[in-house]
Amino acid sequence: MLESVEHEHWDMVIEPHGHLFDLKLRDVWHYRDLLALLVRRDFVSFYKQTVLGPVWFFIQPLFITITYTFVFGRLAGISTQGLPAPLFYMAGITAWNYFSECLTKTSTVFRDNSNVFGKVYFPRLIMPLSIIISNLIKFGVQLGMFMVMMLYYGLKGAPFHMTAYAFLFPLVVLQMALFGLGAGMIVSALTNRYRDLAFLIAFGVQLAMYTTTVIYPLSSVPLKYKWLIALNPMTPAIETFRLGFLGQGTFTWPSFGNSLLTTLLIAGFGIIIFNKVERNFIDTV
Amino acid sequence: MAIAIKVEKLSKAYQLGIIGTGTISRDIERWWAKRRGKEDPFLTVGEVNDRTVTSKSNVVWSLKDINFDIQQGDAIGVIGRNGAGKSTLLKLLSRVTAPTEGTIKVKGRIASLLEVGTGFHPELTGRENIYLNGAILGMRKKEIDYKLDEIIDFSGVEKYIDTPVKRYSSGMYVRLAFAVAAHLESEILIVDEVLAVGDAEFQKKCLGKMKEVSTNGGRTVLFVSHNMAAIQQLCSKAIYLKDGRLEFKGGVAEGMNVYYNSMRSGGATKELLFTKRKSSHKKAYISDFEVRLTDNNRKIQISVFVEAAEPVEKTEIAVGINDGLGIRLVTFHSRFTAQQFDLRQGKNELICLVDNFFLKPGPYNMNIFLGNKFEALDYLEDPIEFELPEYVFYAASVMLDSTQGYLMADHQWMIKNSDYAAS
Repeated sequence: MLESVEHEHWDMVIEPHGHLFDLKLRDVWHYRDLLALLVRRDFVSFYKQTVLGPVWFFIQPLFITITYTFVFGRLAGISTQGLPAPLFYMAGITAWNYFSECLTKTSTVFRDNSNVFGKVYFPRLIMPLSIIISNLIKFGVQLGMFMVMMLYYGLKGAPFHMTAYAFLFPLVVLQMALFGLGAGMIVSALTNRYRDLAFLIAFGVQLAMYTTTVIYPLSSVPLKYKWLIALNPMTPAIETFRLGFLGQGTFTWPSFGNSLLTTLLIAGFGIIIFNKVERNFIDTV
Repeated sequence: MAIAIKVEKLSKAYQLGIIGTGTISRDIERWWAKRRGKEDPFLTVGEVNDRTVTSKSNVVWSLKDINFDIQQGDAIGVIGRNGAGKSTLLKLLSRVTAPTEGTIKVKGRIASLLEVGTGFHPELTGRENIYLNGAILGMRKKEIDYKLDEIIDFSGVEKYIDTPVKRYSSGMYVRLAFAVAAHLESEILIVDEVLAVGDAEFQKKCLGKMKEVSTNGGRTVLFVSHNMAAIQQLCSKAIYLKDGRLEFKGGVAEGMNVYYNSMRSGGATKELLFTKRKSSHKKAYISDFEVRLTDNNRKIQISVFVEAAEPVEKTEIAVGINDGLGIRLVTFHSRFTAQQFDLRQGKNELICLVDNFFLKPGPYNMNIFLGNKFEALDYLEDPIEFELPEYVFYAASVMLDSTQGYLMADHQWMIKNSDYAAS
C-alpha cells in the first residue's frame, strides 16, 4: 500500500494536451538566468556583428524623423500641436519602433529558433520575453537620443514642457511591451499553422502605424473617427508619452484604462495560445 | 528500486506531405467531426510506420502503444533501425514535442542531449557559450559558476576559452559543447547519437564520462546509438523499437540478439522492394541488383540494374555493404576509382568487380546510391538484404563461425625456428 502511494508521486507528467491555463510560470522563473543570458547574447552579438554596431540604433530613427519632418510636416502640413516637428515625430517613432520590433520579432519566434526548440526543452515563453527585454535596451538608447534632442530644443527655447504625466512613463513602456508580446505571440501561433499569414505581418505593422498617432496628434483627428483611433492601445500610449515629455497630447483616464485592459487581455490570450501551440509546433516546422 | 520513468500507451502521429496547404479547410473539417462527436477523420487507426509502403492517409504513427518502466539507476540502450521511432521517443521524453496519445510520468529532473552545442552563438566566447548553453540545458548560473573550472578542464580548450567560438575547430567546438552537457546535474540523462562526432579519443572520454555518470552517480541514462559496441559497454538493459512498436525490453545482450535476428529476417527483401519501385517516376532509378561469385570464387561481382527514362551523363554509383546489425563493412564508390558512366535510355547494368576482398557466406544488406554531380538520382536508403551463398575459399574448406569475423583473405603461414635460421 505504502509503495503504491509513493509511486503516485511524479515530478513531471507529460500528456498529449496540457491544461489551458497551465502557463508554466514556475518553470519560467527557474530559467530566469537563461533569460538574462539571452538578452546579453542579443546585445553582444548585435554589437559585434555589424561594422557600425550600436550606431545603427541611432541612424534608423534619426533618418525616419528627418523624412517625416519633411514629408508630413513640410509637404503635407500635418499639425504637430505647435511642437518642433522633429521632437513630435521622434517621440512617436521611438515608442512605435519599440512596439513594432517586439511584435515582429515575437511573431517569428518559432521560425527563428526552430533549431534550438527542436533539440532541447525550456519554457518557450523565455524566448519572447528575452525579445522584449533585448529591445528595451535599444529603446533606452533611442530614448536617450530623444532626450538629447529635447535638451537641444529646450536650450533653443522651443515651446514644450514636461508634465506630471511623465510619471506614467514606466507604465506606458510596460504596456507597449505587453501589447507587442501578446500580439506577437498570437501571430506566431497563427503563422505556425497558417504559413501565409506571415506575409501579412510585415506590411500589416506598417499600415497599423497609421492607425496610431505617430505622425498626427489625436486632437487633429475628426471626431467621427476619434473613438476608433483611440481604441488602439498604442494611441493612448503614444499620446501619454508625448503629454508627459512634451506637454502636448490627449489623455483621459477611461481611455488609458481601456488601453491597459485591452493590453492585458491580449497578453493573457497570447500567452495561453502560445503555450498551446508550443507543445507541438516542432512537428510542423 | 523505484521507477524513474513510466511510459503508458505512448503514441505519436506525424502528418506527412505538405503541411500548410489547405490546413484551414482541414481544420474546419476536423472541428466539424469533433462537434458531431466523431473521430478525427485524419487519424487512421492502426497504420504502421513502414517507409517502404506508400501510406494511403498522410498520417503515420511514429510510435504506437509503447509501454515500459525504467528503474532508477538503469542504463538503457534504445536500439532499432532508422525510422523505428527512437528519436521520436527521445523527443517526447525531452519534451521537445508532445505525444499524440498516452502519458509519460517522470521522477526527477531530465536532462536531454539530443545534440551537442545547442544554442551556441559563434560571436560569443567559449566562456560565454558555456553559460548560455548550460542555461539552455537547464542549469542555474550559480551551478555553472561552481562547475566552470571543471567544465573548462574537461573540454581541454582552456587556452582559447576567451576566444569567440567561430574561431574554434570543429573538434574544439564539440569538446566544449560536450563538456557542458557532461556536467549537468540531473537524475535522468537522455543522450542521442551525439558521440558520432569528435575523434576516437574524445569519444572514449565521453563514453567513460557517461559510464561514470550511470554507475557511480546512480543516475538513469537513456542512450540511443547505432554503435552497438558503445551500447554494450554502457548499458545493462535495452529497448528495441521496430516500426514504432516496442519489440523487446530486457537485458542488453538478449536485446541485441533479438535485434540481430529480426534484422536478418525482417529486413526489406529484394523482391518486395523492387516490385514496389516499378512505378517510380524518376529520371533514372535502381531496378534490381545481383551479387555473385565469379572467377573460381576469387572475385565478387555486383551488378546494379538501372532503368533510365532519359540519357543521363556522368553518373556515379556507390554500393555500401553492411553486416546484419547495419554496421558498414565496406563501400564501393565509383568516385574512389575516379569513374563516371553515361546512362543510356532504357536498361543499364553497372558492374562492380571486387578483387582481393572476400566476405564470408551469409546474410548482409546493402545501400545503393546513384547520382551525378548535381543530384541524387536514386538512393536505397533502407538497406536491402542479400545472401552470399556458401562457397569454398580456404584450402581446408572451413566456414568461419561468428567469432571469426566477416572477412577472408589469402594468407600463408610459415615457421622460422632455430634450425631454419641456422641452415
